[in-house]
Amino acid sequence: MPAALIRIENLRFRWADDADFCLDIPFFEAQAGERIFLHGPSGSGKSTLLGLLGGVLVPERGRLQLLGNELTQLRPAARDRFRADHVGFLFQLFNLIPYLSVVDNVLLSCRFSARRLARATATGNSPTGEAQRLLTQLDLDPALHARQVTRLSVGQQQRVAAARALIGQPEIVIADEPTSALDAERQGSFLELLRDECERSGSTLLFVSHDRRLASGFDRELSLDMLGSAGVAGDRR
Amino acid sequence: MKWLLGLAARSAWNRRLTLGMTLVAVALSVTLLLGVERVRNEARNSFALSVSGTDLVVGARTSAVQLMLYAVFRLGEASNNIRWQSYQAIAADPAVAWTIPLSLGDSHSGLPVLGTTAAYFEHFRYGDGQPLRFAAGVPFAGLFETVLGAEVAERLGYRLGDRIVISHGMGDSGLAEHDDKPFTVVGILARTGTPVDRTLHISLQAIEAIHLDWAGGAPLPGLSIPAEHVRKFDLQPKEITAALIGLKSRAAVFRLQRKINNHPGEPLLAVLPGVALDQLWQMVGFAERTLLAVSAMVLVVGLAGLVAVILASLGERRRELAILRSVGASPRELFFLLSAEALFVTLLGAAVGVALLTLLTVALAPLVQAHFGLALSTHWLTGDELKLLAAVVVAGLVASLVPGYSAYRLSLADGLTPRL
Repeated sequence: MPAALIRIENLRFRWADDADFCLDIPFFEAQAGERIFLHGPSGSGKSTLLGLLGGVLVPERGRLQLLGNELTQLRPAARDRFRADHVGFLFQLFNLIPYLSVVDNVLLSCRFSARRLARATATGNSPTGEAQRLLTQLDLDPALHARQVTRLSVGQQQRVAAARALIGQPEIVIADEPTSALDAERQGSFLELLRDECERSGSTLLFVSHDRRLASGFDRELSLDMLGSAGVAGDRR
Repeated sequence: MKWLLGLAARSAWNRRLTLGMTLVAVALSVTLLLGVERVRNEARNSFALSVSGTDLVVGARTSAVQLMLYAVFRLGEASNNIRWQSYQAIAADPAVAWTIPLSLGDSHSGLPVLGTTAAYFEHFRYGDGQPLRFAAGVPFAGLFETVLGAEVAERLGYRLGDRIVISHGMGDSGLAEHDDKPFTVVGILARTGTPVDRTLHISLQAIEAIHLDWAGGAPLPGLSIPAEHVRKFDLQPKEITAALIGLKSRAAVFRLQRKINNHPGEPLLAVLPGVALDQLWQMVGFAERTLLAVSAMVLVVGLAGLVAVILASLGERRRELAILRSVGASPRELFFLLSAEALFVTLLGAAVGVALLTLLTVALAPLVQAHFGLALSTHWLTGDELKLLAAVVVAGLVASLVPGYSAYRLSLADGLTPRL
């Protein structure tokens, strides 16, 4: 049995020394390739958890292992590199950099990680070719690849962002309410595409949402409230 | 790193209007700063080169600076003249090699008319000791003949053989004319870049001749002596304004200076041109340093504007910074990204500023030459200007740290999810 892809033990985080803990997770594990739905209403410490997994925040105590690496032991620069190499992020809205083209937005992930660039081109594709392949896979019309990102619809923008999170096959893809700006019909199809692509690249998908209706089709459904036993679930954000 | 620079450039291009305006501000302040420096240097140069080889300048007792101003630069008017006998006495001193008498007071189209002798064309030196050269014609020999400075001829379009009328006194208009005694242009001097270019030269006797029938600054009523009759009068000058003295040996300069300053007949002043020029420059120096300080301040204002614009944009760019952070950018890289943008605008502004300065120099050189007698040369940047430009870049670098540091702090506080 391989080691867990994500492993959290007795993790506690608070924003200031005199504040209450806003995140307190006794134990959590995710296996490689697992697709997990994490139910987190706003104020449940969701963005704090994302910050911790991304290595931009450090827990006050506890263990936080990704791919067997103890994040808390890494220096900030090494955590940044780790995030670039192994984690793809997908946010709720405004995921794209307005002055870059569609393809350049997708390739952003490869700019900060030689590893992901190498993996993206391992198939023999050029980086641009791989970005276009992924975009097409995610149902974005090739005619739109050259368009300015600010002129894409929200749904199209989210596909571009998904392609950015997926390019170079990161081990972990973390999606934070990526469908909340889409209408119900598109939500379903987008989710399906995202799950399929994660499966194809063998990435573990951590899908965070306040909307339980989206949970079907995932391997596991967890609630951040249940996961943590935060005394006061106060997320300062 | 290279890619981050590219990203900074594309981000800047995305906000080209606001950044463009600040770039213009920076460019203009650089132009101003370098322009002031350039004019300052050219002025200092043309000052220092306006007279050379002259050991003493002699005039009526006044301040050394004043004497230099009217005798060499033809600026302002002499308060007093010196007697011809005093001049003769000085010229007779055994240490003296040559003398050039100068008689000022009249003008033509606002340009000074100088009464002198042939010694002027023989002994006067400027720059590194260059003599006066004739672009055309010869020195004056006849009474009503004149030799023009290069700029006089150029600006007024005079050629050899033209006849001109001299006005009484200095000024641009409203002057009485010596129109009964016109002068013929017999020579035009080559350009020197000194006040000589702006001067009309006539003989001392001619100065006497045109004033024969004048008294107290106006023609004597009822008395008119026609030009053809003036030769019957004694045209020996009674007074001159100043004199340039050349010595056989420089060793005698202080002895002669003392002797002239203690001249028994009337109060005289002899100054060493180098010393007086230094004094003059010190007076002007305060003004030019102030001007330089003001233009440095303008540059600071320009850079502050640049920092303000980038800081203001940072608010809108928090999302962008968070995205970059999520794909793996470190806070240090975001620091670099924002600093690069500010530095980029500063460097571009400096380049545009230099280009603008060159353009302005080329375009305005004739105008400056005509109005201020200052020759603006269109050379490449001098050492001092390069130093100033380096200071601009350093100032821009320091200023660029401000938005860089803000982005650094912001990215640490925001993490992956900016608070908006």
